[in-house]
Amino acid sequence: MRVALYVTCLVDGLFPDVGKATVRLLRRLGCQVEVPAEQTCCGQMHINTGYPDAALPLIRNEVAAFAGYDAVVLPSGSCTGSVRHQHAELAANAGDQALAEAVRELAGRTYELSEFLVDVLGTTDVGAYYPHRVTYHPTCHSLRLLGVGDRPVRLLREVTGIELVELPQADSCCGFGGTFAVKNGAVSTAMLADKMRAVLDTGAEVCSAGDSSCLMHIGGGLGRLRSGVRTVHLAQILASAR
Amino acid sequence: MPTGAGHISTPKKFPELAEAALADTQLRRNLARATSTIRAKRAGVVAELPDWQQLRAAGAAIKDDVLANLDSYLVQLEAKVTERGGTVHWAPDAQAANEIVVELARQAGAREVVKVKSMATQEIGLNEALAAAGIPAWETDLAELIVQLGHDRPSHILVPAIHRNRSEIREIFLREMPEVDPALTDQPAALAEAARRHLRRKFLQAEVAISGANFAIAETGTLAVVESEGNGRMCLTLPRTLITVMGIEKLLPTWRDLEVFLQLLPRSSTGERMNPYTSMWTGATEGQRFHLVLLDNGRTATLADPAGRSALRCIRCSACLNVCPVYERTGGHAYGSIYPGPIGAVLSPQLTGLGGNRANASLPFASSLCGACFQACPVAIDIPSMLVHLRARAVAAEPSHSPERVAMAALAWTMADAGRWRRVLRLGRFGRLLRRLPALPGPLAAWTASRELPVPPRETFRDWWQRSGGDE
Repeated sequence: MRVALYVTCLVDGLFPDVGKATVRLLRRLGCQVEVPAEQTCCGQMHINTGYPDAALPLIRNEVAAFAGYDAVVLPSGSCTGSVRHQHAELAANAGDQALAEAVRELAGRTYELSEFLVDVLGTTDVGAYYPHRVTYHPTCHSLRLLGVGDRPVRLLREVTGIELVELPQADSCCGFGGTFAVKNGAVSTAMLADKMRAVLDTGAEVCSAGDSSCLMHIGGGLGRLRSGVRTVHLAQILASAR
Repeated sequence: MPTGAGHISTPKKFPELAEAALADTQLRRNLARATSTIRAKRAGVVAELPDWQQLRAAGAAIKDDVLANLDSYLVQLEAKVTERGGTVHWAPDAQAANEIVVELARQAGAREVVKVKSMATQEIGLNEALAAAGIPAWETDLAELIVQLGHDRPSHILVPAIHRNRSEIREIFLREMPEVDPALTDQPAALAEAARRHLRRKFLQAEVAISGANFAIAETGTLAVVESEGNGRMCLTLPRTLITVMGIEKLLPTWRDLEVFLQLLPRSSTGERMNPYTSMWTGATEGQRFHLVLLDNGRTATLADPAGRSALRCIRCSACLNVCPVYERTGGHAYGSIYPGPIGAVLSPQLTGLGGNRANASLPFASSLCGACFQACPVAIDIPSMLVHLRARAVAAEPSHSPERVAMAALAWTMADAGRWRRVLRLGRFGRLLRRLPALPGPLAAWTASRELPVPPRETFRDWWQRSGGDE
């Protein structure tokens, strides 16, 4: 299967290890992974901050960059949500029906990482080894926009050596929300404080999630507290091997 | 299209009011406790119904039919109410509605009026208008009474005094109720008894009662109020004149549609299978007068936006408030409008319009877009998508040279081309130097106020891929 990695702008520029882990994991599972050089960003930040027109060229670019692949995989629930639930409507609203149609077709073969592993590759045991105490935060867009359900947790349960502990009030937002984190920084921080308390209550040494953006937020807070808990993307845990 | 006025405009932008609310530790505690209790109750009773998703879909479809055919349903309602001895008045905005009600109360010779809990009358500021005309209006819903006696404003649609705990309520009663027992405790039963004694006198004296409506049936001309305490029913039955102020979107086409909404509303709002009191009346009973004031106040303008109009499906259950992580921490006063929480963030700016109201234009940004509201909404209003749409409308109303717009355009231009993007990403390495700066510019400072900045890597993912072909 020819799989294109849609690495996302955030992973590309700030968290390349998440992209590398995704490549390693998919290759280990027998996928032929390609990284189309023309890809940039899904434009979700523009759309959600009130600048949908600025995202249009990015959607055009995305459609061209990922044409022809059997599957497009993103290590992000949020960016997958944007491709699946925002782009076609935005193109249609701008009067570009051809683009709307093209992005609908793209959305049909675009998957968040845990969806791809469980639904397309049909596996929950990816042969990972990760001997750490881990708690998992289901990010809002994975949980409610995509409905990935317990796929990530099923994947984590199969990891050898892992001690998976349940996060209290797991489905509460961590307070990131894109530019919300700076436009409403005080409320965002209040939400983060409760999320960090929940993470710390688990006694985990690692907080994992399927979105680098939320992890940047939670990890930024935990780091400021010198809490001794680190954030690790789901892809990095699943890619770890003995 | 005329826009709405009244208590639907926030005096200050959301982040400013939120900052003050977040610092109130008693409020934070009261809210966290109350919202988590209601959330759990709601989740329990919703899970009991195997056809909840179908009920939601039916609720949304019925309301969409109402909105698509509002003109004919309203005329039908007017004809039926008139046929049964009621009088219908049309109010394009808050001021017109207040003038109509004040005049009707005067004609009825009212020295004071009793009120059923109503969002529409809070929206238009009716109590203040009546007070200015020398007619005191007494709230009879327990929580509205607490708010009124506390010289306060409601902070929740269903539980207007959610920001108060019982010891605060006791203090308010001791201070404001003339004949209250000075030994009043903060036991809920004792507080309720004090309110009951206080209100009974009002019910027996009042010539005029004022209500809102949860539903109006176009087919029959029937009005319906759903409540928990029975105080509403006292108002609806005792005084000789009843005046109902109702937003034009509260219609249902047929009697049978209540089947859907009387299941959706109590489970979503109080977390009960059925509310204790459902009062329905059609026209005027013999010897009594009934007036129905139909309120627009920005609703037609809201209806004109295809991407925003489904906010008018709202049945004011407040499930979205109770599940909202922002509301849970700031409470309702931070939203300025009497419609707080996620539904307030989409409704208030639409009712007032976004153009001339920059403070209300801050409301659609008061969300992390976590989607909990959409999931809880019994009429399936896609609030997150609507927030995003209204953000675009808010931005469009801003000056074309705003720094944010320039930055967004520059970023989009860069990202539209992989070559440009690669070169800019490489500059990201210099972001490592940011950590050495004593002070950071605007958005970065807002981030680092509570969070560490991530350390940019020495090599971007795409450079690594190009260099190594993906072999580590």
